[in-house]
Amino acid sequence: MTSSPQRHSTGDLLGHQLHGPTDPIRDVGWDGTHARKGFFTDTSICIGCKACEVACKEWNRNPRDGDLEITGWSYDNSQSLGASTWRHVAFVEQDREAIEAARESGRRLVSLGMPTVRDGGAGSEGGGATPSPDTPLPPTSPPDTPEFRWLMASDVCKHCTHAGCLDVCPTGALMRTEFGTVVVQDDVCNGCGTCVAGCPFGVVERRSDGTAAPTTRRGERKGEQPAVPKEGVAQKCTLCYDRLRDEETPACAKTCPTTSIRFGDHDELVTSARARVAELHAKGMTEARLYGANELDGVGGTGSVFLLLDEPEVYGLPPDPRVPTADLGVMFDRAGIAALGMIGAAVAAFVGARR
Amino acid sequence: MANSDCIVLQGGNMAEAHPVGFQWVAEAKARGATVIHIDPRFTRTSAVADRHIPIRAGSDIVLLGALINHVITHDLWFHEYVIAYTNAATIVTEDFADTDDLDGLFSGFDPESGTYDSDTWEYAQAGGGEVEDAGGEKGEQSSTEGDHGPGDQLGSGGAPLENAQVERDETLQHPRTVFQLLRRHYSRYTPAMVQEMCGIDAETFAALAETITSSSGRDRTTMWGYATGWTQHTSGAQFIRAAAVLQLLLGNVGRPGGGIMALRGHASIQGSTDIPTLFNLLPGYLPMPVAGLHDTLADYLDVVSGPGQKGFWGNADAYTVSLLKAYFGEHASAENDWCFDHLPRLTGPHGTYQTMMEMLDGGVEGYFVVGQNPAVGSANSRAQRLALAQLKWLVVRDLSLIETATWWKDSPEVASGELRTEDIETEVFFLPAATHVEKAGSFTQTQRLLQWRHKALDAPGDCQSELDFYYHLGVRIRELLAGSADERDRPLLEMTWDYALDEHGDPEPESVLKEINGYEVVPASGEGGDRTAGEGPGEAGDEGGGSAGSEAREGVGRALSGYAELAADGSTACGCWIYSGVYAEETNQAARRTPHGGDGPAQAKWGWAWPADRRILYNRASADPDGRPWSERKKWVWWDEEAGRWTGSDVPDFPAELHPHHRPEPGTGGVDGLAGDDPFVMQSDGKGWLYAPKGLVDGPFPTHYEAAESPVRNALYTQQQNPTRMLYPRGYNLDAPSAGEAGVEVYPYVFTTYRLTEHHTAGGMSRWLPYLSELQPEMFCEVSPALAAERGLTHNDWATIVSPRAVIEARVMVTDRMRPLRVDGREVHQVGLPYHWGVGEEAIVTGDAANDLLGVSLDANTQIQESKVASCDVRPGRRPRGAAAEELVADYNRRAGVTPQTGNQRLTDPEQEGRG
Amino acid sequence: MSPISPLEWPVLRQLRGRDALGRGPAVTSATTRELTSRNARADRVVQSVCPYCAVGCGQRVYVTDERVTQIEGDPDSPISRGRLCPKGSASEQLVNAPGRQTQVLYRAPRSTRWQPLERDTAIDMIARRFVQSRRRTWQDTDEQGRPLRRTMGIASLGGATLDNEENYLIKKLFTAAGAIQIENQARI
Repeated sequence: MTSSPQRHSTGDLLGHQLHGPTDPIRDVGWDGTHARKGFFTDTSICIGCKACEVACKEWNRNPRDGDLEITGWSYDNSQSLGASTWRHVAFVEQDREAIEAARESGRRLVSLGMPTVRDGGAGSEGGGATPSPDTPLPPTSPPDTPEFRWLMASDVCKHCTHAGCLDVCPTGALMRTEFGTVVVQDDVCNGCGTCVAGCPFGVVERRSDGTAAPTTRRGERKGEQPAVPKEGVAQKCTLCYDRLRDEETPACAKTCPTTSIRFGDHDELVTSARARVAELHAKGMTEARLYGANELDGVGGTGSVFLLLDEPEVYGLPPDPRVPTADLGVMFDRAGIAALGMIGAAVAAFVGARR
Repeated sequence: MANSDCIVLQGGNMAEAHPVGFQWVAEAKARGATVIHIDPRFTRTSAVADRHIPIRAGSDIVLLGALINHVITHDLWFHEYVIAYTNAATIVTEDFADTDDLDGLFSGFDPESGTYDSDTWEYAQAGGGEVEDAGGEKGEQSSTEGDHGPGDQLGSGGAPLENAQVERDETLQHPRTVFQLLRRHYSRYTPAMVQEMCGIDAETFAALAETITSSSGRDRTTMWGYATGWTQHTSGAQFIRAAAVLQLLLGNVGRPGGGIMALRGHASIQGSTDIPTLFNLLPGYLPMPVAGLHDTLADYLDVVSGPGQKGFWGNADAYTVSLLKAYFGEHASAENDWCFDHLPRLTGPHGTYQTMMEMLDGGVEGYFVVGQNPAVGSANSRAQRLALAQLKWLVVRDLSLIETATWWKDSPEVASGELRTEDIETEVFFLPAATHVEKAGSFTQTQRLLQWRHKALDAPGDCQSELDFYYHLGVRIRELLAGSADERDRPLLEMTWDYALDEHGDPEPESVLKEINGYEVVPASGEGGDRTAGEGPGEAGDEGGGSAGSEAREGVGRALSGYAELAADGSTACGCWIYSGVYAEETNQAARRTPHGGDGPAQAKWGWAWPADRRILYNRASADPDGRPWSERKKWVWWDEEAGRWTGSDVPDFPAELHPHHRPEPGTGGVDGLAGDDPFVMQSDGKGWLYAPKGLVDGPFPTHYEAAESPVRNALYTQQQNPTRMLYPRGYNLDAPSAGEAGVEVYPYVFTTYRLTEHHTAGGMSRWLPYLSELQPEMFCEVSPALAAERGLTHNDWATIVSPRAVIEARVMVTDRMRPLRVDGREVHQVGLPYHWGVGEEAIVTGDAANDLLGVSLDANTQIQESKVASCDVRPGRRPRGAAAEELVADYNRRAGVTPQTGNQRLTDPEQEGRG
Repeated sequence: MSPISPLEWPVLRQLRGRDALGRGPAVTSATTRELTSRNARADRVVQSVCPYCAVGCGQRVYVTDERVTQIEGDPDSPISRGRLCPKGSASEQLVNAPGRQTQVLYRAPRSTRWQPLERDTAIDMIARRFVQSRRRTWQDTDEQGRPLRRTMGIASLGGATLDNEENYLIKKLFTAAGAIQIENQARI
């Protein structure tokens, strides 16, 4: 880090810190020693084993969740990401009609030449190769279209380029790490919950008593967990910040039996994700598409990139995530002088008071 | 596995049961291999396979038989491989009659005993006559040949033959060649039959046949993977045989990316078969002696290794004597037949289900249950719990208070009032066990690889390893018997029990491993006195007792380098001959941990694989008869003419310097009897068996029979069920009527039991863990939308499932993953039931046990129960409580007219067939 | 503890550095700055093998202060390459399970309760019962006078979760005792 603060107008100062393509690591002032880290979750090879969920809880000492009742959502009994569940595997059962619809919607994305500008449905994109107009499109129904399929996808915090949770946190508990990831500092968080509303993906949650629903069974049995740690503070995936510090792979990616979850440098992951989509398209699987790889989307692209086999909504993901502070830059520009003035006044008052 | 071009997973759910093993399937698939999943249910394996083929549970032999038929009819078999390496050309005695001649029976069936006399199945003897089996006493074979079940096949190979002077016709034209018999046997296993019995249409069958045949041959290999979806049937061993026959025809055995892979469920289930905690085996697949058959050591060795038999079983005398030396040390001498008479004798099957019935009859006083949970995990678990109440004392060793430890206060039978805690006489000892990180030792995984675990820390509280517990129990028992003059106590007092001890006075696991490996016997110095408890080594903690640290044990010399060193003269001791070499050079080879196993495709520097560190068995077959690789792409082991030895990527599973063109003198037995093109070194004729003249009790060819309970008629033969299946007509073990019998409509649905990724077997290692419990918190049943509509079941609500044995309840999961099959002209509905839950007060998650519903009908080869297919009814709502539950089952059985005799006729009445 | 310096106040770091909006280095707490992997702090790492199924995945066991702090895949294993399934991933919880029983318990005939027992006492009691039951149920010969030399009064179940060395001792002890009814999960 250079020692002399650089001088900018507020507009320059903010640069693309709140929307559009940018380098989130340098934006916040890290020196860029580390490349931006992220996940690439290829759902086409997920076997739904949930090892990621367990490995995550083991490493992060997150308490058991839920109320120990079957949900009826296929094999999904953890339901969603939350304060104690930082990896969540969704299970979606589809018949032939749904498969064909997915294939068709993916085909349309391909024929759009992939959305390079955000105009509806831009959370997803058609893949790396922009086909020239005369590239023949794969058939909607390759001969192997099955009667039925069972989609499985491991969801996780997106570690957005423009992270709503981070931008709205009033305490500095949320921060961008030197790896470009977004973490909550438990010891700073005061549990105000602003970040919960700030996340367009619904990832962040305050930890209550360790169960998502009112619990009737807590303490009923021996073997129930002891006191829940970190009650009341906001919790979410840290991309195993502590492990990264020691050059260890995040727990979920390390354990994933089929490499459905891959960890690495964000840019390289996006490149290989695009290649994987192209490979599936070549097999006629036009349903394959990327989620979070478009840096022009409402969150500037995400650190966690996904290969999906249907529309994001099918997996419970928002189709067009948009950081609530996306337009803040313009407003901030106008209010910039006033804001700086207020900070200056506050410091002056404070220093004055100490005297 | 990653070397395969096509992987067929059938009778198993690999992605769910073995997710990490599945990475190799995923990798093969990424490299272009085709993955096909054949299973009644659409599972997480199906989800990532190229294709899922739904099949009616229990009809697998029809499908495999039809594939065999297809391969023969369309001349798609691997000619050079089949003629050289299998018994296709061997001629069978003219007395043999097949199931087509006898409407579902082979020749030699005795309806009284329900067993076959396999005399008529034998090979014709060159120059007339037939190849005698070595044993003679046919009547006893139902128990002894149970040794050669699926769990045992890797080790045992085929059954012994007197010698291998067989008549062959390499043109395969002789009508009694195995090949022609095979062709005829499977000629009625057609695509139409597959449609009728399996519910698989002709188009799907054709696609499957095309995929596997185009992925087999010189340059390509197909692998078959199976699990308990095959073994847990009354014809389970034959399911696996059928796949073996197909794989041999396609030339997929002994070659990289080929073979048949068993996917097993427990960390050391292979090890506990190799070094068996099984009634019928001694270590290394030596049979336990049977009264009347093995009365003397000479009798025993005659049966185990006929003198003219080819291959490595020819040295069974060395393996047996070395085992007895390991067990009884200097007390075992040539004069006393190496203490052969110290061994107890079997008189029939004494498996876990027979033991349960003996318990119910009051014949068993004490029971040790060690890391297993039969009150939830065994078939007819209700009867298991009732049996436990008949014991005088019960010892349960586990990590948590599993249902088998607490049934006396919280079982369903206590809740219903059928058992009263205050009346139960059983004393129960619960001893907490050490976990895998709190003790050192070896597991043998499913590909026969031994891996040593180092101890990470001491066990907490009273927790203790089994090694420590049984060692100290043995010491106490010997103390109690010390000085006894009773003949019956001599084996206990004379057994070697003087392992090296650590600083806590507990045995060093490596000291036991060395005994398993085998060592040179050092003759006793001096007079060689009695090493009995109380005076010799063996007393814990005493100065005269086991030595601390690694000090050598008395009589224990150099560790052997492998089983080739074993001798029958008492100069070697070896606790398990197939493991010999694991401690070669006094080094724990199972603890080898070169990252990634070192260079080379066999990854041989990680752990140690039996036998003799071979990673692929029978790998001589990976080269052609002249010793050349079948193709560059599939090269593995080949003959190096210059060096004059076999070489390649693996340890050759063959005598290292035996030239491919070598032909032994006729009549030579043992290893010397092997020809240079006899790759199947554990088979008594060195060939892969398309036809099993011995070794299986229910026929030389796999043949389709319906399950013990089935609403579907056997369309192939009048004979409905396997005639040799073990029957247990008991009031607590009733069977539902099958197709053609009155009352079959009362239990109209087929249910199948299975496990989920998130849990482990009966739940002892998963339902006490919060992180696993939350992922699958409740017992459920999987049904198709059509069945739900038919029975008024509501998704996520409750259902009650009734079988002739019990009634349970489960949450309903209505899913398209279950689909009715069109079989025999009608819809057959299947109900899926995971079996992880049990009723009790201790686990984090509990629920009714699916195994309560199952009856005990066993495969006569393996004594394994049929738990993948049985009959039931399903109705909406929760089950009745208390005595009303029993009444509901009784009412069903009344309506179905069920008695203990139902379903227990060995031979199907041909008239009944007509009514079906 | 270093004395609190006003210069470390986040708002000053924010203005001083390039993190004008206070979302990066400026807002790190001391805990965050010192964060490391607990694996890196472990007293020792021991190679082991997963206890669940028969695939035989390699594990690394991290121990700190004589307590297992983490169990994860061993990347060196050619079988598993560092990966584990959900059960294998839960191995730490198996060892440190809140419901794990660490004390010997005894239930007397007709009793409705467990009572604690010394481990040595328990083994003594079991040895006595073993010897008594064996005597009571001994069979020397069958009805034809052929040797049996066995007891049908003592049985054992389990072994597929145990080590080879343990199964070896069980089979050896029971065979020498004449107790033939030994079974395990291979037939389940």
